[in-house]
Amino acid sequence: MRFDLKVNNVLREVDVPPDMPVLWVLRDILGLTGTKYGCGVAQCGACTVHLDGQPVRACLLTVAAAAGHDILTIEAIEHTETGAKVQQAWLDEEVIQCGYCQSGQIMAATALLQQIPQPTDADIDEAMAGNICRCGTYVRIRKAIHKAASHEA
Amino acid sequence: MMSLRSLKHVLRGATAVALSFYSGMAFADSAPGAEADTRPELIKRGEYLFRAADCAACHVAPKGGSLTGGRPFVLPFGTIFAVNITPDKQTGIGNYTDSEWLKMLREGVGRGGKHLYPVMPYTAYTLLSDADALAIKAYLFSVKPENVPAPQNKLYFPFNQRWSMIFWNWLNNPNKRFQPDPAQSEQWNRGAYLTEALGHCSQCHTPRTITYGLSSKAYAGAVQVGWRAYNLTSDKQHGLGGWTDEQLTSYLSTGKASGKGAASGPMAEAVEHGLRYMTQADIAAMVTYLRSLPPIAEGPVAQVMSPQADHALSDVARRGQGLFAQACAGCHLSDGRGRQSEWAALAGAHSVSDPAADNLVQVLRSGTALETGQGRVFMPGFSKAYTEEELAAIASYVLAHFGNTQTDIKPSAFKN
Amino acid sequence: MKRKNLPTSRRALLGAALSGGGGFLLSAFLPGLPLLKASQAQDTATGVVFMPNAFIRITPLGAVTLIMRYAEMGQGIYTGISMLLAEELGVKLDQVSVEAAPADPAYVDSVAGEEETGGSSSTRDSWIPLREAGAAARMMLVAAAAQIWGVAESACQARDGRVFHPGSERSLSYGELAEAATHQPVPAKVSLKPASDFTLIGTSPRRLDTKAKTNGSAQFGIDAQIPGMKIGRIMACPVKGGHLTGYNRAAALAVPGVVDVVTLPDAIAVIGEHMWAAMKGMEAAFPQWDYGPNATTSTDDIIARMKKASEQSGVVAVKNGNAQEALKQAHERIDAVYELPFLAHAPLEPINTTLHIRPDGADVWVGTQVPGRARQEVADATGLRPENIAVHNHLIGGGFGRRLDSNSIGQAARFAKQVSYPVKLIWTREEDMTQDQFRPYYYDRISAGLTKDGAISGWHHRTTGSSVTARWYPEGMQKGLDPDAVEGAAQTPYGMPDQLVEFVRDEPDAVTTLWWRGVGPTHNVFVVESMIDELAHQSGQDPLALRKKLAAHQPRALKVLNEVEKQSGWGKALPPGHGMGIALHYSFQTWSATVLEVAVEKNGSIRLVQVHSAVDCGPIVFPDGIVAQIQGGLIFGLTMALYNEITLKDGRVEQTNFHNYRMMRLNEAPDIQVHLVPDPEAEIGGIGEVGTVAAAPALANALFAATGKRLRRIPFAKQLGGEKA
Repeated sequence: MRFDLKVNNVLREVDVPPDMPVLWVLRDILGLTGTKYGCGVAQCGACTVHLDGQPVRACLLTVAAAAGHDILTIEAIEHTETGAKVQQAWLDEEVIQCGYCQSGQIMAATALLQQIPQPTDADIDEAMAGNICRCGTYVRIRKAIHKAASHEA
Repeated sequence: MMSLRSLKHVLRGATAVALSFYSGMAFADSAPGAEADTRPELIKRGEYLFRAADCAACHVAPKGGSLTGGRPFVLPFGTIFAVNITPDKQTGIGNYTDSEWLKMLREGVGRGGKHLYPVMPYTAYTLLSDADALAIKAYLFSVKPENVPAPQNKLYFPFNQRWSMIFWNWLNNPNKRFQPDPAQSEQWNRGAYLTEALGHCSQCHTPRTITYGLSSKAYAGAVQVGWRAYNLTSDKQHGLGGWTDEQLTSYLSTGKASGKGAASGPMAEAVEHGLRYMTQADIAAMVTYLRSLPPIAEGPVAQVMSPQADHALSDVARRGQGLFAQACAGCHLSDGRGRQSEWAALAGAHSVSDPAADNLVQVLRSGTALETGQGRVFMPGFSKAYTEEELAAIASYVLAHFGNTQTDIKPSAFKN
Repeated sequence: MKRKNLPTSRRALLGAALSGGGGFLLSAFLPGLPLLKASQAQDTATGVVFMPNAFIRITPLGAVTLIMRYAEMGQGIYTGISMLLAEELGVKLDQVSVEAAPADPAYVDSVAGEEETGGSSSTRDSWIPLREAGAAARMMLVAAAAQIWGVAESACQARDGRVFHPGSERSLSYGELAEAATHQPVPAKVSLKPASDFTLIGTSPRRLDTKAKTNGSAQFGIDAQIPGMKIGRIMACPVKGGHLTGYNRAAALAVPGVVDVVTLPDAIAVIGEHMWAAMKGMEAAFPQWDYGPNATTSTDDIIARMKKASEQSGVVAVKNGNAQEALKQAHERIDAVYELPFLAHAPLEPINTTLHIRPDGADVWVGTQVPGRARQEVADATGLRPENIAVHNHLIGGGFGRRLDSNSIGQAARFAKQVSYPVKLIWTREEDMTQDQFRPYYYDRISAGLTKDGAISGWHHRTTGSSVTARWYPEGMQKGLDPDAVEGAAQTPYGMPDQLVEFVRDEPDAVTTLWWRGVGPTHNVFVVESMIDELAHQSGQDPLALRKKLAAHQPRALKVLNEVEKQSGWGKALPPGHGMGIALHYSFQTWSATVLEVAVEKNGSIRLVQVHSAVDCGPIVFPDGIVAQIQGGLIFGLTMALYNEITLKDGRVEQTNFHNYRMMRLNEAPDIQVHLVPDPEAEIGGIGEVGTVAAAPALANALFAATGKRLRRIPFAKQLGGEKA
């Protein structure tokens, strides 16, 4: 089936099965491999993208459900003001180790800061607990979010 | 709204139908091994009815694929396994004549006089017309025969004595065909037939008597195999009285309704294997019929999600909040709207304001799945990696947060 | 993983060139391009490229490329190794780019004896040789400049990518010197900077690999995109030792987008235009299996056999004095059994390999900790000669030992050789979890005695389990003893006059075992440090004080103990339900003492409050990298200690994904303070696994302090349920 997907502000037409998750459309059809496959069951958050500004798990988001909505991926997050701050904070705090989960972490953190510019630790817990980091960078993720938030002020 | 009288009318049927049963036998009977009826239009109609009767939900093999049975049903009186309903002659239904088929489907007496157990909803199928029952048979005889014997049932005495079912049937099976109520519309009667005979909705949604027969509280809701089938009567608080037609239609045909949550467990199976294949006209007929069920004020009441509920979280629910953020919010979002799809929406679902939390416990423990037009939606079970205390905390939080129901679920609810 | 203890052939590195000749492979880290031939590489470079050895390349335009013989999987090794090279080469880190080395003997880690990233050994094994490689290159550049200027080499200085002659205020960039430098001889002798002159080593520059990881441009193996590539999903028999008996080929091929179904005796791959087609195709293929001889095996069977095996004596690893006699004489004794579960690695990037196998050669795009083995696997699978197989190593999305095995690459090659096009073969998370090669289950019996005055009187530790060494590196076995299985048990920080340590090998048939972060020490330090804690409590001694007493002969042990005691406030009053636990260990030539504070609620919920870890790894290269590794390693180990175990039922692994193989999350991760107390004079230590080793014993000891319950079996969380407590 043909679907019009708006990805990173560009309209892309794809011809794929309607139940195909956006994750595989991004990676295998559109070549946007920054969004990662981790679990396929919305448990790890590595595939987090924004759907109309909301963080969603692309591994379970079907192309049929995403068509007609704005999809934003890690490749374009630097073009949002908050996203750029988050990326910088991630570098400044040296959050990243293997980096495989970090696309999802940055997308989740950006969505959090877009909704709550000055999040408390509890807000961070709530927004980030769904994103697994196997390298254990959690301590620094928290620090980096606070740092990005302080830039917001 | 339907009167109680007309419901009874439908269920009791009439003697006239019994006659047609015997006359049907006269021309439909065939010797074992005789050619099955292979008219394509009959098989096609049979397939539709097979879906409407939701046969696959029970008879599909646990690992998926074929109708070779094997699924266990753990009941108060033992464990019963679904049988192979492919036309295999040794292990399936390949030797059934038409009359044997009708006797099995409607009287619960299988080939050779073996009594079925009422897990098989023959007390509902008894309302089926000859033509429909035999169309289903024609369809089943068109699928590929597979030689897969069903596991042995494990029943406790005296239930392991199949003759005991004679008494049970006398008590519980009216053995009558569906009789339209002339006072009701054609649509209503179609809905009644679909709901009562084919859909056998009452089998789960009507409370059972002490002998496992259906009680007189039609559709007041009941717990079956650990899952609560909710009150379907037109009661505004406890039943479907507060649902719009659109919500009901959506729920039946897709397994979800905006603001009412999604089907899980056995209801998800009913949607997956049966309801989602039904025509919009038939779904509308069922809605019409369900709307007419007399109200019964019983069972849990679906609550509206309240933003204030989190202020009063218990310690247990507070712990659940953190766990929900880890393992659940990825799909469900804490705002109740669902993240990936409406199937993940929790706000408004009956199951999240049921203080007994039967279905909540089930989905957390064992998960649920549903094939939809947009692909498969599913939730895995979480009992392997989370403690009973943690699962109870999650359930308590879900009840409070989404269902405005402050109650601490006991960890023992998650014991196997 | 293994230390071959070969003499480090530093000389070999100084002039080491690639086996293919002097040419460099410019595309080696450009996924998506087939490997360029050396001659083409020369053509694409403008002018002569300076390649003093296998690790450094400088073009006439001044581009400095450092070639990484180790895999970057999060541990920061690209940065650490670059610092060693750049310090001596005289360039700033922002002047270099890095590139993964191809599979080539030039990149053999001579201590490990092969191309390998593991065993927390990269910095240790490179500390001297790679600084020498940088120094040699610098000396050649300086010599070239001196020759051009006609001045003495000693009158020149090199820094920031230029050679200066202060006397004449002249300077030349490394790029300008590249061609001339190629004509200089490789120096026979190099001298390294004294530590006091370091400008890079000991600082915390920005990591070289992280920018690309913030914007999706970093290329992990799974991100390989090759023109004409198809994508496949693999499913192997869910029970080890079984085989494929059938599948629905027509149904699989009928799924839109599916292009091929290929099989091996024990596995099937469905290949499609995209992963979704491959996944749906696999569902439709509905593979059927003969589960083989392990079809009924459960973890209980494996443990029961192990328990029985543990009743017999094993191969002796250490025998000091007479442990049995000392135990008999002991004032009191503790006899305990400790058990550690099978563990999956569960890196977030699942196993994947992209291959293009042609009649005359092959390209392999993969993230691997062992490129040489990877190449050999493909050679064995295809019959191609290794030199015709190019391994393009990629960033790894978490290794933890998993990518030390290359069997999955061999499996992928056996599939890929059945098709003509490039194919990316991916294991789903479920496949990755259930087909992993697991950390062995260990069944440890340990007995220890105490004298009246609280000294150890006899120590007998017998560990029973699978030997990873025997399968993975059989040459490493020492007359039946697996040195890994007793690492951390044979040598402890403590004075033990009467010590007996044995190993009983018992291989489970239904499970393949492999290295797992922290290897032997993660296993044995849990047992040893828990037992020391048991002895302390049994004799009424403070656990930290007892450790100081027993390790009094180890000044570096005392240093980390004192530091962590001070930093953690050891001994301070804690709220009810709280407890502090300590673990001391010496692993990978690094000393570490860790104190963890935990809070346990009545309902059994465990909250990790705070961790302090004092670390002495000898000289320090990259301080922030060390802190990050200790933090991450602790989280990795705490996740395991709380939640993780792999179990089998009917031969199948029961855990399939993160809902039943649980990961620690951000909202339960404790703050972790790392205190570096380096010893510049000591031998340099490893760091990637040090934190993981300390986690389980520190937590077990803290849980005892909080609850009075001694947990001798991992994982812990399910053992503290409120109702059961």
